[in-house]
Amino acid sequence: MTNRIFKSGLGLLGVLAMSGAAAAQDAEARLVLNEETPMVTVADAPEHMADTGIRTIYSGWAFRTGTTQELQADDFINPAFLAVDEAIVAWDEVDGTAGESCANCHGDVEESMAGVRAVYPRWNEEAGELRTLAAQINNCRTEQMGAEPYKYDGSEMTAMEALISVQSRGMPVNVAIDGPVADIWEQGREMYYTRFGQLELSCANCHEQNYGNYIRADHLSQGQINGFPTYRLKQNALIQTQNRFRGCIRDTRAETYAVGSPEFDALELYVASRGNGLSVEGPAVRP
Amino acid sequence: MRHPAILAAGVAVFGTIVAADVVAPSSVVFGDYGAVEMSLSGQPGDPVSGLAVMETKGSGNCVACHQISTSEAAFQGNVGPPLDGVGGRWSTEELRGIVANAKMVFPDSVMPSFYRVDGYTRPGDAFTGKAAAGELDPLLTAQQIEDVVAYLATLTD
Ligand code: HEC
Ligand code: HEC
Repeated sequence: MTNRIFKSGLGLLGVLAMSGAAAAQDAEARLVLNEETPMVTVADAPEHMADTGIRTIYSGWAFRTGTTQELQADDFINPAFLAVDEAIVAWDEVDGTAGESCANCHGDVEESMAGVRAVYPRWNEEAGELRTLAAQINNCRTEQMGAEPYKYDGSEMTAMEALISVQSRGMPVNVAIDGPVADIWEQGREMYYTRFGQLELSCANCHEQNYGNYIRADHLSQGQINGFPTYRLKQNALIQTQNRFRGCIRDTRAETYAVGSPEFDALELYVASRGNGLSVEGPAVRP
Repeated sequence: MRHPAILAAGVAVFGTIVAADVVAPSSVVFGDYGAVEMSLSGQPGDPVSGLAVMETKGSGNCVACHQISTSEAAFQGNVGPPLDGVGGRWSTEELRGIVANAKMVFPDSVMPSFYRVDGYTRPGDAFTGKAAAGELDPLLTAQQIEDVVAYLATLTD
């Protein structure tokens, strides 16, 4: 399975680079999981992106090459599945003062968690708050189980997120952006266009204006999160969505936000919504 | 174009000046089109050091975004235009303005301002992710800017 993104032009002005990219991505790229589940890695941009100039959205998978792409296509060689196996054990394990496990409340993970990843972050009506998947997992742990919360971007959390993501693979990301979350979504959008740090770079500068271009050795993607948590070969670990945000903001020589902060939750909602229509792919593989 | 011999002579003459007048980042005077007339360090630039600044991660790292045929740096990026011939397209004063604060020449450019210390959103302490402690240093020193400009001026074809 070989696929390369060809990008015309040498990135003249941002606007040129943008339209060049849209026209030149390789739409022939196909990711089929385990030779049976086709993934949508290229899709029409959701309506709310009409004024961004981006008409086509691409999974981060489409910007990777050779082995990295192949590792993700086969669960037997995808290194993230070691963590998924650990989370299967954790799912059944009683933990905390209430004597409960995930399975006690939710039963079979394959049934109860199908479709969940696709709609997160989402509004929790009862609590009147936006919850990321990680926040929901920790809420179950502290409120239902009387257990300690997982570290927000720790290995137990990313493993559990990976297990839950697997149950939605191939389903389209479908995050709601209206109603009670409208203001939070707007806040996230503003962050996406804020030029942070001493390098004064926004998410959009890299992932909207320059996807397809190279920044030193890095082939810039659209910064989609449909493949999270992602297994990074360089770090030999699953990387949590907001941990990735923190890394990108740090790289602008800025003071970052904390994982699990209201700011990153808003940003996650907004970034997730830019992937509406792509397949849930997590846990994806990255170099 | 500056001839290497003239440049060497410049170094010999000015090299003896002890306390050169360094222009502080907040005192740089930009012309109407973003050019900066005066040397920021009061000293001529050294193109060899300039190339090193441009190729080094953690320093100028210009090759993160620009390709330069005469540079052997690995993985040159293409977020910005190639810099080949840039010394023919722009004067030394214009190049100094572009490197010191590209936004004076290209509004909204993604190119960072290498000789500026204020007006940032959540400036960090280098790449630690923590808030900057106290005043920021510019990304490059006055002399490094001059060195880079001296190298760019050699890129005439
Ligand atoms: C200086 C350039 C730069 C900026 C600014 C930047 N990123 Fe990134 N980002 C990268 C690079 C390089 C990568 C790794 C290659 C890739 O996937 O694009 C990356 C990767 C990502 C990924 C992982 C994508 C994947 O498929 O694995 C996400 C998500 C992401 N960025 C989101 C963001 C968000 C949100 C912001 C703003 C808060 C941001 N980035 C700002 C350079 C940047
Ligand atoms: C994050 C990307 C980025 C970095 C880093 C960067 N540049 Fe640029 N540079 C650009 C872009 C984009 C342009 C095109 C002008 C614009 O923004 O519209 C540009 C334009 C230029 C030009 C004018 C080129 C021409 O043909 O007109 C020069 C000269 C230049 N840069 C030099 C440098 C030097 C020297 C450094 C490092 C000290 C550097 N750049 C670092 C993105 C970058």
